[in-house]
Amino acid sequence: METMIFLTDILFPALWGGVMVTLQLIILAAPVGFVLGIIIAILRVYGNKWVSMLCRGVVGFIKGTPLILMLFILYFGLPSVGITLSAFVASLIGFIMCNGAYNSEYIRGAISSVKEGQLVAAQALGMTKMQAVRLIVLPQALRRAIPGLSNEIIYLIKYSSLAYMLTVIELTGAGKMVATKYFAYTETFIFVGAVYLLLVTITTLAVVLIERKFAVPGMTQSGRNVLDIL
Amino acid sequence: MADDEYILRVEDIHKSFGKLEVLKGVSFNVKKGETICFIGPSGTGKSTLLRCINQLNIPDKGGVYLNGEEVTNSGPRINEFRQKIGMVFQNFFLFDHLSAVRNVEIALLKVLKMDPKAAREKALYELHQVGMEDWAEHYPAELSGGQAQRVSIARALAMDPDVILFDEPTSALDPELTREVLEVMKKLASAGMTMLVVTHEMGFATSAANRVVFMEHGLIQEEGTPEELMNGDGRFKEYMGKIGDIKE
Amino acid sequence: MADVTAIVILWIPYLVEGVFATLGLTAAALGLGILLGLPMAIGQVYGNRLVRSVVAIYVWFFRGLPVLVLLFLFYFGIFPALGLGDLSAFIVGATVLGLRGAAYQSQIFRGGMQSISEGQMTAARSLGMTRMQAIRSIILPQAVRISLPGWSNEYPNILTDSAVCYAIGVAELLTRASQIVAQTYVTMPIYLVCACMFILINIAGMQVLHWVERRVAIPGFGTGAM
Repeated sequence: METMIFLTDILFPALWGGVMVTLQLIILAAPVGFVLGIIIAILRVYGNKWVSMLCRGVVGFIKGTPLILMLFILYFGLPSVGITLSAFVASLIGFIMCNGAYNSEYIRGAISSVKEGQLVAAQALGMTKMQAVRLIVLPQALRRAIPGLSNEIIYLIKYSSLAYMLTVIELTGAGKMVATKYFAYTETFIFVGAVYLLLVTITTLAVVLIERKFAVPGMTQSGRNVLDIL
Repeated sequence: MADDEYILRVEDIHKSFGKLEVLKGVSFNVKKGETICFIGPSGTGKSTLLRCINQLNIPDKGGVYLNGEEVTNSGPRINEFRQKIGMVFQNFFLFDHLSAVRNVEIALLKVLKMDPKAAREKALYELHQVGMEDWAEHYPAELSGGQAQRVSIARALAMDPDVILFDEPTSALDPELTREVLEVMKKLASAGMTMLVVTHEMGFATSAANRVVFMEHGLIQEEGTPEELMNGDGRFKEYMGKIGDIKE
Repeated sequence: MADVTAIVILWIPYLVEGVFATLGLTAAALGLGILLGLPMAIGQVYGNRLVRSVVAIYVWFFRGLPVLVLLFLFYFGIFPALGLGDLSAFIVGATVLGLRGAAYQSQIFRGGMQSISEGQMTAARSLGMTRMQAIRSIILPQAVRISLPGWSNEYPNILTDSAVCYAIGVAELLTRASQIVAQTYVTMPIYLVCACMFILINIAGMQVLHWVERRVAIPGFGTGAM
């Protein structure tokens, strides 16, 4: 009985508050990360030598540095050069950078896989290069990048937990606080874990459905298992 | 039917895949040293029949007997029987991560638990028998189709089997490479190996086979020496006529 | 400015000591990953329905949860509950990363095994090998080689994940960097040096893995098994 009260009066409300913050982080970071990924990919594929190299360096740095360290740099490091960000904003920027960088790799690969003839044919019809990229190459590339991009969304859901390291009280943080206060670590984190598993699984199913919806005859990927996406 | 007369007995084999009945009751006996060729249109169950003998396909009905012992329903003993029944596949199925000599000796080491030196000697001997001893250290990817198939024959031979099953051994090979494999097979046949060969190579059937079995629609239609079938008036003659026309 | 540089240089040895813990965590994750991941992959490809379900659930659990949550769950919850509360954070961290690594790596090995043509198993069985003998002598040697590139890609992921062990106090690279920052109030330079070290370990590790790939390569292999 005691456990039940603990759960309903203390844990669930706390976790609910945490989930809200987690969702905010995800919902704000994902679209921006998506757009950033496209921009970086286009700069790398179609930009001049220096732009391309710069992008490659930035992406390499982001991929080679632990996200948690990046968050520390943004939150604890930047103030020393005059930029002070709130914990939430610093987390958000870190997630957007990470998500964008990894997305750009998938999109870049997908763009390369679109046959060159597509671009040439579009330009022959009078389109500018940018128009051709926007109307012909990108739509195809993005379809092919869906598996990778959806993979990254799932990673985003999971690494949003690192915002707690900057004292943002999202789901993991909320759980830790309750667990520490009431010495109920295992129980608390089982529920915290369950919520993440729920979020991840729902997203995976949604992705499978979206993939089917956007499939074009001749451009589909063969049957992917739900569990494969995790 | 004395057990010691026939090295292999196949009785009333039935096999279906789903609703499709591929083998509808096939029986025959094999004497030691015989070379039997199975001829017939594709899809009539010839390969399936071979696989039913070493239980790579499990027959729905019927029995297979090697030296009088039942191979069907033998449970874990099947591995013992497979040591005595060699098989050569259309696509060779050489082990890609092993050199030719390692391919031949691996079963000697792992299954027969032979001493490494003895196994290596035997492997090199068999490679020599098929003319591939100079390629012992080469990997499957480095061999032509004909060379690969010869190594695969050496691999089967090394186990000293009582009978070797050949499942369309040259069908995946270019015509120039087919000859070297058929030469090895003819040599084996004249050396007294008991062989069951599924093939479309009529030349081999007429020159090397003691008996030809013509299969169609999942059943044995005709059986006899190559001459008997060629001079007869049965389905075999008809079939030969048909494929002759296509060649023209 | 000169002061800052002096401070950074003074503290670098302390920072470098953290590299050992980081490498230890990474090695443990990769090691446990193979040790558990390979049997799990075999179970998924050749096992019965029960085995496949158990592995599927394990993979779903360890891949679906954030590293941070797993670390908290095991360090504060499961290990103490099992009476292992005295174990160091390093051991807990290594275990968690290892269990998680096994989940990811098992899928890589599974893909490798499934890409091997059935003919290999057929030929092995036709020679009289049992299923286990065939798996050990024929399937596994090929599957591991095929899986190497994908498996190598796990290295950067595990390396960056190891930094999260900061949260349970393992004295790895990030923890030490934070300690230096707390003591000296020099932030950006220390963090940037730390980032560079991670990147260097990343590059060095990948070089080693590529070298291993080349060493175990077999002529013509990996371009499509028969």
